[in-house]
Amino acid sequence: MSQTIATPPTVRLDSDVVGKPISRPEGPAKVSGAAKYAAEFSVTGPLWYGYVVSSPIAKGKITKIYADEVLAIPGVQQVFSHENVPSLAWFDRAYKDDVAPGGSPFRPLHEPEIMFSQQPVALVVADTFELARYAASVLRIDYDVAEFNTNLEVAAPKAFDAPKGKTGFVPPPKPKGDVEQAYADAPHKVAGEYVHHAQHHNPMEMFGTTVDWLGDGKKMKIYDKTQGAPNVQQYIAKIFGLSKEEARIISKFTGGGFGSGLRPQYQVFMAVLAALELEHSVRVVMDRSQMFSMGHRPHTVQDIRLASDDQGYLQAMEHNALAETSQFEDETETVVNWSGILYKVPNSQFDYKLTKIDVNTPADMRAPGAATGSFAIESAIDELSYKAGRDPLDFRLLNYTYTDPTENKPFSSKRLDDCYHEGAKRFGWDQRNPEPRSMRDENGLLVGWGVAAGCWDASMQKAAAKAVLAADGHLTVSSATNDQGAGTYVIMTQMAAQTLGLPLAQVTFELGDTEMPEAPVQGGSWTANSVGAAVKDACQAVGKKLLKLAQKMDDSPLAGVDFEDVQFADGHIRANEDISRSVAIADILAASGEAKIEAEGKAGPNPINMLKYSMHSHNAVFVEVKVDEDLGTIHVTRVVDAVAAGRIMNPKTARSQVLGGVVWGIGMALMEEAYLNNDLGRYVNHNYAEYHIPVNADIKKIDVIFVEEEDDIASPIGVKGVGEIGMLGVAAAVANAVYHATGKRVRELPLTIDKLL
Amino acid sequence: MNSFTLTQATAADEAVRDYAGHEHAAYLGGGTNLVDLMKYNLERPSHLTSLGLLPLTDITSLPDGGLRLGALATNADTAWHPEVEKRYPLLSQTILAGATPQLRNAATNGGNLNQRTRCYYFYDLAAPCNKREPGTGCSALTGPNRVCGVLGTSESCIATNPSDMCVALAALEATVRVQGPNGERTIKFDDYHRLPGDHPEKDNTLEPGELVTAIDLPAEGYADHFTYLKLRDRSSYAFALVSVAVGLKMNGNTIEKARFALGGVAHKPWRDQEAEKMLEGQTASPDLFRKVAAKVFAEAKGYGEGSLHNSFKIELGKRAIVRALKQATEMKYEVNPNVFLNSNP
Repeated sequence: MSQTIATPPTVRLDSDVVGKPISRPEGPAKVSGAAKYAAEFSVTGPLWYGYVVSSPIAKGKITKIYADEVLAIPGVQQVFSHENVPSLAWFDRAYKDDVAPGGSPFRPLHEPEIMFSQQPVALVVADTFELARYAASVLRIDYDVAEFNTNLEVAAPKAFDAPKGKTGFVPPPKPKGDVEQAYADAPHKVAGEYVHHAQHHNPMEMFGTTVDWLGDGKKMKIYDKTQGAPNVQQYIAKIFGLSKEEARIISKFTGGGFGSGLRPQYQVFMAVLAALELEHSVRVVMDRSQMFSMGHRPHTVQDIRLASDDQGYLQAMEHNALAETSQFEDETETVVNWSGILYKVPNSQFDYKLTKIDVNTPADMRAPGAATGSFAIESAIDELSYKAGRDPLDFRLLNYTYTDPTENKPFSSKRLDDCYHEGAKRFGWDQRNPEPRSMRDENGLLVGWGVAAGCWDASMQKAAAKAVLAADGHLTVSSATNDQGAGTYVIMTQMAAQTLGLPLAQVTFELGDTEMPEAPVQGGSWTANSVGAAVKDACQAVGKKLLKLAQKMDDSPLAGVDFEDVQFADGHIRANEDISRSVAIADILAASGEAKIEAEGKAGPNPINMLKYSMHSHNAVFVEVKVDEDLGTIHVTRVVDAVAAGRIMNPKTARSQVLGGVVWGIGMALMEEAYLNNDLGRYVNHNYAEYHIPVNADIKKIDVIFVEEEDDIASPIGVKGVGEIGMLGVAAAVANAVYHATGKRVRELPLTIDKLL
Repeated sequence: MNSFTLTQATAADEAVRDYAGHEHAAYLGGGTNLVDLMKYNLERPSHLTSLGLLPLTDITSLPDGGLRLGALATNADTAWHPEVEKRYPLLSQTILAGATPQLRNAATNGGNLNQRTRCYYFYDLAAPCNKREPGTGCSALTGPNRVCGVLGTSESCIATNPSDMCVALAALEATVRVQGPNGERTIKFDDYHRLPGDHPEKDNTLEPGELVTAIDLPAEGYADHFTYLKLRDRSSYAFALVSVAVGLKMNGNTIEKARFALGGVAHKPWRDQEAEKMLEGQTASPDLFRKVAAKVFAEAKGYGEGSLHNSFKIELGKRAIVRALKQATEMKYEVNPNVFLNSNP
């Protein structure tokens, strides 16, 4: 399969729209409320509402459910629990979604055992939402409470090597040299323990599903909040024994996901169960506290030892991580590997372990693993730079690597050095006084400047798309991908418009319906790359058909010209060698007499490139903080985030992605933490008032720089993706800036007031 | 939500009668707290007496030079009222340090006095909580309790009053006017909220059926020397970890009169009149402020160490008092964590 189209030997044409800051086409619908989210769709008949009942205990067994009391309330239709759920798929694999980790997936309403607090234990279905919520609140359930442990430290002795099994998980790199000896011999060294606690994704839109029951023999429409309709489709189809056609999932808009919607959440199971059993349209929406019942960024404790020689060259690196997982699944992240990818060290060793506690399985959350590892290694690198008497930026450049030391492969492209240089210039790093506690602002606040780097995978997944060019010249391209706010709609529209040389107004991109060609879940920063390449492939296939049709026209000026030798621009196909030899696409369509021209396209990883190259995006983050030392308050007053992520398809939406990433990183650095009460086995700040994420007043100036890379190895369209990379390094850069401001090194996130007292 | 009936009263005495005529009634003001609590199934009134039509929205000057705040004036209208801004800037500042513009536009002054604690366990039906269900225990004593108090706590409850406005009202020595089945009475602000003791389910000293009709401010508003310092986990829409409202009367560098109160540390806005007296007649100095701060927290009790536990509030509270007194004395916001002005230094 050819993924590359010969670049026309001309300058970029006006119709070159990839790389331009085009606004999202769905923007007006979103701000006017016309864009419908899963829990907003109307159904054909009456709609019933399901409300989930959550377990108040962390471990034990349900002994009795007093469903009759609730069923006696007029308007209550049914109470579903393990007692009356029909027998469904028996094997674990039916419950395994595309991105499930190893282990036995949680089966909602399957058995009386409670494995985590807030586990869904029943669904109450009623005529109205308010009634369902009320009935759920008075449903009495008796439990046998068992002893539990939610404390990672208590479970630490039972840690085990993180098993393989989850898509995308890369085990820790193999050891090199002799870390013990090198560490012992080195003149400069640091050792520290780095901690962050559980964090919940908390997208604005709650998880919700509306099932439109269309009547006997007709297919349901399942409107679901997800980051991947096809993943939900196969999950629902397998569990309920439906064909894929019967399990049609529609997800046009997703109000934020950040990883929480990668795996199907339990509300879709509940809604489909109720609809099938009651043969009725049903809607189930989680409440905000239930948004804390799902996966979360796992609480992780990391130990790092680093050593350098007198010049500042790294001599030894040890990075170990211990993360929580549930009793029933082994959620794995790539945590420690990034340290080895970023720096050149002759002696290194890495370890990544899990231990089981009585919580729900953790989940991927924005830059999973890398955000964790990056905070630790970039804090330690910073600390060592002071010990070695080097500027933290110089120290990083000194230990820069042009090949990936963990796999001994060249990078497909890597312009992190330019990120450092351009970011430093924009930030004014050369004005920095290296001495901690040396800088103050006009009000006497301590000022600190910190830097940190980040690294993420540039990966491709299998994806497909379909392009349909109608007789009126309008091009509609579709793929069952997702847009959780990232800008998928606009960049795919741009890609399609450019490939066929059509004006943007003549192109529509559709997504989020399993009747469309399959695409992977939106995660891992791979959508732009994977779906973008599939869109291009589909449009090129249409283009090939168009060329053939053009060549069938009488006296075709394109007669005998190969596809590789034409360009699509301004609504025409032109011969590269002589652009006056051209045919208008409108004329081709008219002459062909076809109602439409359509084609499917595909894209996928290139296994040869994967063997030969290490493919990553990088960033360098510069942060200014101001600290009121007496009171412990920290404000992030300036951020420069310089990102090298291949080709930027749309600098406007890409910038927004990175801005969001920086805000996310500031939240991680300063305030985000799900408070786990180990007496109750439960997160206790499960609402927006007490689970703190940044508000507008916390966010000041953020500068985004894109250092573009030409890279046709990582991707046939040169794209690496920007969903994760923007947030990496931010938490470490904040902590490093706080050190520079105060001389105090904080190794536990978030950096709340109390930690600086 | 439980089913409930609702009456729209048009006068205070009518509201009081309506309330008295129903079992499990509740007064509904702006609804910014009560309706949430009903949705969470924490409050289950079967009848609401809506106060929206009561003519208690005015803010009027009193003959003694004070100011009367109608119980149904919104927090926003109060904070931005010209007389409040001019004569009681401390009150404006505290109101604007709380909640969000949307909430302040709906929330009423009377409701602000009666908002319930934000203790995690009060809001979580799965957790024991003596305030919500007397006799079940206090989950906060050993669990995460960052939001909880260190002064005036009891073994049955360490919850805090979440209001910012009330911290200023305590410092300003306001009077609460109430009307109930037995007529009208006034309650000194210090006596309005109570400490948890053995009855944490009771937040205040209102008798059943009593309705707040107004809050009276005395003539002295400390408009020349005041500050509200609020320390919290983010710059807006977060409850105080520690807050301090200060009003001073100064003569040169001498403090003639001092009033201050703390939020985020106790079941009520915390005033220490002995500590206030330590300031009066004295020359303002960091040493004096530190002594005063030490006095306030001399009997404080923390409940556990680390970020999730609240012992840090003792040291933070002392530092906050010192800073707030300095700010109020000098009226120079050398550093004002409330409003971080240096957006683009």
